[in-house]
Parts: sequence; C-alpha cells; structure tokens
Amino acid sequence: MSSLIPSDGKPARRPLRRRHRPEAWWALSLPLLLFLLIPLLALISYSSPAQLVENLALPEVRQAIALSLRTSTLATLASVLLGTPVAYLLARREFPGRLLLDNLIDLPIVLPPAVAGLSLLLVFGRRGLVGVWLDSFGVRVTFTETAVVIAQTFIAVSLFIRAASLGFAAVEPELEDAAAIDGASHWQTFSRITVPLARRAVLTGVALAWARALGEFGATIIFAGNYPGRTQTMPLAIYLGFELDLDVAVTLSVILVFLSFLVLLVVKSFFGGGERQD
Amino acid sequence: MLKQWIEKRGILTFMVLALLLFAVSCAQNIGTTPATSEPLPIEANSTLTVFAAASLTDAFAALAEIYEANSPHIDVVFNFAGSNQLATQIDQGAPVDVFASANREQMENAVAGGRVDADTPRVFVTNRLVLAYPQENPAGISALSDLALPDTLIVLAAEEVPVGRYSLQFLDKAAADPAFGSNFKQGVLDNVVSYEENVRAVLNKVSLGEADAGIVYLSDLVGVEGVSYLEIPDTLNSIAEYPIAALNDSENVAAAAAFIDLVIGAEGQAILAEYGFGPASAP
Repeated sequence: MSSLIPSDGKPARRPLRRRHRPEAWWALSLPLLLFLLIPLLALISYSSPAQLVENLALPEVRQAIALSLRTSTLATLASVLLGTPVAYLLARREFPGRLLLDNLIDLPIVLPPAVAGLSLLLVFGRRGLVGVWLDSFGVRVTFTETAVVIAQTFIAVSLFIRAASLGFAAVEPELEDAAAIDGASHWQTFSRITVPLARRAVLTGVALAWARALGEFGATIIFAGNYPGRTQTMPLAIYLGFELDLDVAVTLSVILVFLSFLVLLVVKSFFGGGERQD
Repeated sequence: MLKQWIEKRGILTFMVLALLLFAVSCAQNIGTTPATSEPLPIEANSTLTVFAAASLTDAFAALAEIYEANSPHIDVVFNFAGSNQLATQIDQGAPVDVFASANREQMENAVAGGRVDADTPRVFVTNRLVLAYPQENPAGISALSDLALPDTLIVLAAEEVPVGRYSLQFLDKAAADPAFGSNFKQGVLDNVVSYEENVRAVLNKVSLGEADAGIVYLSDLVGVEGVSYLEIPDTLNSIAEYPIAALNDSENVAAAAAFIDLVIGAEGQAILAEYGFGPASAP
C-alpha cells in the first residue's frame, strides 16, 4: 500500500497507442486542458501568497475549514458504513427491482443538490416525516452540524457505492466460494477476501465521496442553513463571501482546490484508483 | 421497442430523426409567434421593455395587464432580477425603456452610467421589514421583544444581502430604544440559527416551520399561506425606497411615460398596495 507503484502488474501499454500519433492527440486535448487549467490558475494567482496566509488566520476562515474537514470526514464514514452493504448487493445479487435500486443510487448524482436539501428538510425538519417524531424527544436536526453531515452523506454516498460496487463485482465469486468451503463465515469471507481484493475500488470510492462531501453546497445551505462555525462549511463561506469579501472567498477557494486535488492525487498514485481493473 | 428500432436502423438515423423533429417544432414556433400579436393597421406595433426588481414581479405583471388593455398596440416585456444585476445590464447597454429599482443605490448607478437623467427617478413605492412567524407560532411570539427570549429559533438574511443589513439595522435601533433594552440585539443574535442567502430562503424556513421567526419584506408575504407577521414600527424599520425612471435613450418615450404614469397614478398605487408595498410618501 505504501508503494507508489501498484504491486500487481498493470496491463502493458498497448503498442496501438504509438501508431496513433500521440502529438496529434496532445494537440487535440490542449483546448480542454487549458479550459480546465486557466480558471484554476486565475484563482490561485488572484491573491498573493502573503494575502492567502493572512486570510487563513481569520477566525471565520478557520472555522469554515475545520467544520468542512470534520463534517466531510464524518459523511465519508457514514457513506462507507451505510453504503458497503448496498454496494455488495448490487455487485453480487440478481433480484427483482435491481434496476430500480441501481437507479435510486444514481439519483443523488443527477439531482440538483437543492432538491436533495428540500427533500431532507421535508423528512428531518420539525414538521417532517421523521422530524416530528424527533421533535417530540426534543431533538432538532435542522441548522445543526448533524444536518450538514446528513446532507453531505446524501449527496456523496452514491459515489462510494458506485466505485465499491465495481470493485466487489471484479472479485471472482469462486474465491469467495472457496473461502466458504474452507469454513469461513459469510462475514469472514467478506472482510478477509472480498474487501482486500476490492481495496483499490473501495478506497477510490472513499476518496470520491470525501471530495464530493467537501464540496457540497446546495443541499447544505437549504437543509442545514448557514451559521459560521456551526453549519457554514467552506463552500457556503465562499458563496456568501463572494458578495462581501472576495479576498476571503478566493482564499477558501484556493484551499478547497488544493485539498481536493491532493486527496485525488494521493488516492490515484498510491492505490492506482485511476486505472480501472476490468 | 425504441431500443430495438435503434439497433436495427442505427443510432445515427435516430439522431437525425430527432434533430429533424426538433427543427420542425422550432419552425412551427417561428410560424405561430407573429400571428399571436396581431399587427394593427395604423399604429406600428411596438415593445416596451421594463427592467424591474425581482420583488416587483407579481405586482408589475398585474400592472402590465392593465397597461396592455389600455394600449393594445404595445407589448410590455419584463426583465425581473436583482436590482444590482439590472443596473449592471443597463450599464452594459441592454435596450431598456423603464428601470424600476428596489433601492436608490442601484438607480444612482444607472444615473452614473449616463443612461438615466439625474432628475428623472421618482420613488413610487416603499417596502418595509416585518417579523414573520409560522401561523401555529411554536415559540408563542406576541411582541417584537419576544425575539430575545431564549430558545427562539430565528433566521435572518445574511449581512451580504440588503435585507440582511436592514435586519441588523433594526436590531441596532431596537437596542438603542429603552423599551427593548441594550441586551436586545445580543439576545436576538444568540437565537439566530441561520443567516440565509436571500429573503425568499428566510421566508421558506419560516413557512416550513423550521424557524420560529424571521425578518422579511412585507411584500414577500403576499400570497404566502401559513405565515403570520408582526409590524416593525417606522422608527425601528429600515424602509426600502423603490425609484422608477425612463431611460434617456428610450425609443418609446411616450409609452415609457405612460407606463410610469400608471405606476404612480391611483390605479397603479392601489395594485401595488395589494401586493404589500407601501406608498412613496412614507417617512
């Protein structure tokens, strides 16, 4: 795991690629690369490094960063706990309504996050389906850090399930059967055989879910509201800061870009998540 | 069925057909549009373009019906958006005949941009802050001072948007008033659970019952069910003034003037009052 090069042999680079004139492909790829890169560079070069460091010291900036790191990590944990069984089910079982479940899992990816936020409000709000019941125990979810985590989980869990499910599906069922014949329990087989073999895909799912949770905006602002230190995550602070203090918004944006980039980079280089095993 | 059909004839055929269908439906639209606005034989058909603050949407739509009934040869076209956005668009040369702003600041920007003459803008309505709360009133709010009672869930608009600034001004004025006491502002701020991105979001949190109270414009409450409100007295309120003006490069000078006359006249004022706006003469 600590090696930069994945331990198992990657498929050899196909010789086809060389015949395809790489320079032509580079030239054709250039417009998109510039299109993605230039806005990021513009963002990063907007304020000086000194200004960035200065803004980092602002309490509201620190609060937003700490809150974002905390909530996105919790949302990722929740995604793994709740999403793993579903991912395995989708990878292994044929059952009636499988397509519907598959579709349901994709919904949070395609829905506007505002729709997710509104739905959550109608469930966990004080008058919501579950919220009414919680309220009778004096528990309030809306406007709390818990609400942020719920919103992020709702949005991010699909990405984890998608990635992990691919990984589980790639594990030969014969290996699981063999372990079962040797007397391993269902749970042992899953935790000792399936998960380790699907490690890369699962970790890719973790990283994707975490990055998505970190960037979540629409569902959070509707369901959890916006309160500095409590529910104002980095994306919310960026959005609202844009009106009042562009400098602070840029500082937070730069940090968000770096964090997301770093996480994806670490995952892809260490765990080879970028290379899909087929 | 569709899948099989596509497999048999190829995806390209399908796409070409879909494109054709789209083109035909577009062509039909082109064909029908002019027919709906019957050109009059003598007077040339013309369009009056009005840029108006988003909060005026419903009221101005009602006014346009009256206007178009009076002058059937004129089509009123609206662009409703945030006043700052409208002022920017005007500055960038958008073709506009009338501009109605939700605050003086953005009208002044339009004047500074040279497309509105300094002496033309007139305040035609005012909008005031009120304290909105859910009809079943979970926190039992009966007076403005109740806002500072512990465990009251309050949502305000964020300081970044005008109504959020006005809300804080109200708290400052109230805290300076002995009737509320100097701890009032802090007491209220301690109860705030969220600073929402705009006034509609504040109202939604109140109407869904998530918040016990929130500060919104009176005009936002028109047509909203399940929400009650308390007046905020003039002395504590920050009254928003809405100026209206014709642009100096308008090509429909007479039509623009007629629209403004309607807005300022008795009939227009009555309609605006129905939509929760106050008269221009308010202090």
